[in-house]
Amino acid sequence: MNLAEGVQLVSFAILAVMMIGSALGVVLFSNIVYSAFLLAGVFVSISGIYLLLNADFVATAQILIYVGAVNVLILFAIMLVNKREDFKPLPNAWVRPTMTAIVSAGLFVLLSTMVLVTPWAYSTESVSSDTTIVLIGQHFFSDFLLPFELASVLLLMAMVGAIILARREFLPDQVITPDKQQQPVLTLPERPRELVGISSDKTSNLDDSRRSE
Amino acid sequence: MTTGIDLQGSFIKSLIDLGLPAGAAKAVWMPVPMVLMLIGATVGVLVTIWQERKISAAAQQRIGPEFMGPFGLLSPVADGIKFVFKEDIIPAKSDPWLFTLGPIIVVLPVFLSYLIVPFGENLAVTNVATGVFLWIALSSVQPIGLLMSGYASNNKYSLLGGLRAAAQSISYEIPLALAVLAVVMMSNSLSSIDIVEQQSGYGIFGWNVWRQPIGFLIFWISALAECERMPFDLPEAEEELVAGYQTEYSGMKFALYYVASYVNLVLSALLVTVLYLGGWESPIPIELLAGWLGISETSPWLEIADASLGITMTVLKAYFLVFTAILLRWTVPRVRIDQLLDLGWKFLLPVSLANLLLTAALKLAFPAAFGG
Repeated sequence: MNLAEGVQLVSFAILAVMMIGSALGVVLFSNIVYSAFLLAGVFVSISGIYLLLNADFVATAQILIYVGAVNVLILFAIMLVNKREDFKPLPNAWVRPTMTAIVSAGLFVLLSTMVLVTPWAYSTESVSSDTTIVLIGQHFFSDFLLPFELASVLLLMAMVGAIILARREFLPDQVITPDKQQQPVLTLPERPRELVGISSDKTSNLDDSRRSE
Repeated sequence: MTTGIDLQGSFIKSLIDLGLPAGAAKAVWMPVPMVLMLIGATVGVLVTIWQERKISAAAQQRIGPEFMGPFGLLSPVADGIKFVFKEDIIPAKSDPWLFTLGPIIVVLPVFLSYLIVPFGENLAVTNVATGVFLWIALSSVQPIGLLMSGYASNNKYSLLGGLRAAAQSISYEIPLALAVLAVVMMSNSLSSIDIVEQQSGYGIFGWNVWRQPIGFLIFWISALAECERMPFDLPEAEEELVAGYQTEYSGMKFALYYVASYVNLVLSALLVTVLYLGGWESPIPIELLAGWLGISETSPWLEIADASLGITMTVLKAYFLVFTAILLRWTVPRVRIDQLLDLGWKFLLPVSLANLLLTAALKLAFPAAFGG
């Protein structure tokens, strides 16, 4: 075993321990902020394992997207929600964690049997790290074109949805309580907005509304 | 192109000649560039702090630091000593673990990013294939540290500052990445060394700043916003937020934030140099000068001169950019948070997208000039 192999083995052990430890922390901590920060630890150790597998681009993208975007978003959501509420302890609260543990253990057994049973085709040739980006690009535009484009459409839809949600003007809480029954189901309370006509020009619209007032 | 001096090869060879096995010689070499880069980054911070004091003094018609060493050169060192000896306070109702971890998470990625800064063809810690992308990914880790310290301080100003800092750096990362993408498209590589080499050959006229003027401005504005420098230093806005996420920090933990912000500034300047100002290339190519003087390109002292000129050029260009950043800080008023986010999302983002499309079109139309 030479120096490089030893370093790889040691870093794999460290990364594996880090990943499992922080993943357990994410699940078991009762403080949700700790869980969110430990989730970043899980993502970083996954990216380290990608790096050990010579997938440097995927490792970097993992850090950029999961740590830099997804996890920061989760933290934002936690820190912007300002609800101090003491929850009543539920009766039979032990049922939920037990069920979750059983389902997770079953999934773990299923996946490990899959890993052990599948005859993996190992390729012994080492991929030069200079060409990984080129290879990924070629796959995106040939045999993985449809998933790639579908993912882009999905992201576009999410973006449009986020903009629509962000642009609505909420009514303050006190106003909506009396006429609650008028509110249709499954919509957020919103100030009525005048839809701008495409053909009519804006000035005449304004004049009309002034006249009616 | 000549390969220049190969420090790594000669260092390892001389160690093997001394009787060390090859593996051990390599292991001895490995920490050398890393430690050198750490020392370089730290010295760069000290110089920047001194520069900031002197330039701010000049902008306000004062003299600035004068008695600590010649021209007050030792004042940043005095700062450092003061930070070391200060009491390290952890507020009573804070979260001690996250409070300690926050500054560390802010500092680490900044220093790690020095990995990709080249000072010459063989004068970089390593030639990472994903170079500039790695820097963007690493700089996206910083908001987590800021949010962490903002939350752990248990102080509303800290929390607001942390949230502002994270929102700001997320918004400006997108135009930054798109500006880098346009450069990468021209050089067909993410590696910082390849990006510099693509600009070499024509001296000052080959630099990317002529081919990417819009990208250069977008990148520099976004980099200043990422560093939380003055026009965009809302997270620490002292009139509104005391000191933002740094409010509760003192001693070495505050020093870590202080160092991180200045290292980040120098790093951004270095990356602007690499991406747009030709990196280690001098305005007049040294091969041309050697040709005029009639010196052979392979003579050893020319290679040494080339390498030292490369380091000098990189540092000179970077410090010129740092100088403009400091001048901006002391002459420009702070923007409001809504103006800041509007600038990022409604102006820089569409402009950088248009710049990307324009670069792609120009690359297809003139493959010779825009990297075919």
